[in-house]
Amino acid sequence: MAQSTADSTAGPAKRAPAGALKRRRLLTAWLFMIPLLAINVLVILGPSVATIYYSFTDWSGIGPAEFVGLENYRELLADGDFWIAMWHNVIWTLLFLTVPIAMGLLGAFLLSQIQRFQIFFRIAYFIPYVVASVVNAALWQNLLDPDRGIGSALASIGIPFLDGVSFFGSERLALPSVAFVNIWAWWGFIVLLFLTALQSVDHELYEAARMDGAGRWQQFVNVTLPGIRPTFVFVVLLTIINSLLVFDYVYIITRGGPAGASEVVGTLMWKQAFERFEAGYAAAMGLGLSFVSGVIVLIFVFLRRRGWEV
Amino acid sequence: MNTLTGRRARREPSKVPYYTILLILALYSLGPLVVVMLNSLKSNAEIGRNPLGLPLSPVFQNFPDAWSQGNFSTTLVNSTILTFGTVVGVCVIAGTSAYAMARLDLPGTDAILLYLFVASAVPVQLFLVPLFFLWSTLHLTNTRFGLILIYWAIFSPLATLLLRSYLVGLPRDFEDAARIDGASELQVLLRVVLPLSWPGLLTVALVSGLAAWNEFLFAITFIQDTNLKPVTTSFLAFQSNFSQDWGLTSAAAIYIILPIVVLFLLLQRRFISGLTAGGLKG
Repeated sequence: MAQSTADSTAGPAKRAPAGALKRRRLLTAWLFMIPLLAINVLVILGPSVATIYYSFTDWSGIGPAEFVGLENYRELLADGDFWIAMWHNVIWTLLFLTVPIAMGLLGAFLLSQIQRFQIFFRIAYFIPYVVASVVNAALWQNLLDPDRGIGSALASIGIPFLDGVSFFGSERLALPSVAFVNIWAWWGFIVLLFLTALQSVDHELYEAARMDGAGRWQQFVNVTLPGIRPTFVFVVLLTIINSLLVFDYVYIITRGGPAGASEVVGTLMWKQAFERFEAGYAAAMGLGLSFVSGVIVLIFVFLRRRGWEV
Repeated sequence: MNTLTGRRARREPSKVPYYTILLILALYSLGPLVVVMLNSLKSNAEIGRNPLGLPLSPVFQNFPDAWSQGNFSTTLVNSTILTFGTVVGVCVIAGTSAYAMARLDLPGTDAILLYLFVASAVPVQLFLVPLFFLWSTLHLTNTRFGLILIYWAIFSPLATLLLRSYLVGLPRDFEDAARIDGASELQVLLRVVLPLSWPGLLTVALVSGLAAWNEFLFAITFIQDTNLKPVTTSFLAFQSNFSQDWGLTSAAAIYIILPIVVLFLLLQRRFISGLTAGGLKG
């Protein structure tokens, strides 16, 4: 191994020749990749491929799966619960595309205009994002309790319109109320994404806009928004994907209820698989959901390729 | 004179409205968490009379009660094992593969990077169902190790991407010098690269540790045994048993919030840069 006549430029005889050294590095490289690739195949790739197969079967999760062709997909297209849940995902997406993004822009813009206490506000907005979803859900369940929450506290000082309102228990309010809790935990993250983007906008552009007599709003529309467009588009994509796949807050607070009023596809699929043991049907649902989110990502990739500068 | 003050006002706008809005937003973010802290110090009777205000006669009994009734001596250990197991595993898995791609001239690096991008964005719903039944066949459901394996898989793609871009930015001179001195690749990794890359590893550790500590979907799906549950899913069961006792559930909430918030405050810059970079790449 140490001796090679071809390797005449090598110094001490102990050094491996270039070819062997290269082979050894290559071997090491693949050895170093094994843990990542093995665990990935076991947990993500293998089961993902299996989902495709099981979506064509009638399978309870235990025992053999019976091949039924497109039956699950036919059932899915005719499943009213599925389309209602999908509609709830659409409502959720619209709420998340407006409220947290508007609040995130506002917070980030104001933070970029100040120096003192900036760190304090950044931390304050971000803390709910690092707290576990079960805790955030519980504290809002307490605060929005019909008898002992904010509503009754406001009533006791003469503002009665929220008194006795059951935010999570009413069919009309359950979905937006759960979304409200999730937005509270989420928007601080958007602030920081936008703030990072804002801080990279050229200050001279603001200077120039002010010279031209632009007010704060005009500066925001003509300088700030174009400057943060890549981040903005990314946040929109992230919001849509997260809204399609939402599970935690809905499952924790209402389990999709009352009477399916806050059911989303993520919770519906979970129940199909682990409560009703229709694993084949749940696989079809999961694949459908993944397909939709994949298409959305591809649309963004396509727009980016078309020179959309996102 | 008038135009002068007008111009000055425009050039240096008053910050008072800015601070007012920022303060309202901060109250919105922190208010509910402050209420939890206050309520953890109230008896249940006092919460009924005074749900949002300061505790008029503070009691500390909720904390020992929540500790024993919420099974925290067990579940905090479970969460700690899950979190540390995840962090160590993700650092090793992502560290070695990031090193292979950044430094060992691995062929096909671009294809692997693309695969990792896709893997870090794959919806959980795509693989959850077969994974559960695979795990029950392998007797990995209701085990902490089974859950740690899943966390390794779902957190390592993003961690690898982050670490690789960190390693690419480090100078190669030291490694080349060590190789000329006859060091093996493993020695180069452990003696030269590892000491230089700890900031990147720390970021990855914080991001994956936070994700493991707070993770809900896999924890509720894969662990039903009350003695193996992490604090999150255990808290959910605890809360539905004691839903009317806010003092107790608030004290339990404090046990879950406190370790994370303290760590976050100590290392907030690194947390924020890691999480926003993760978000931007994910």
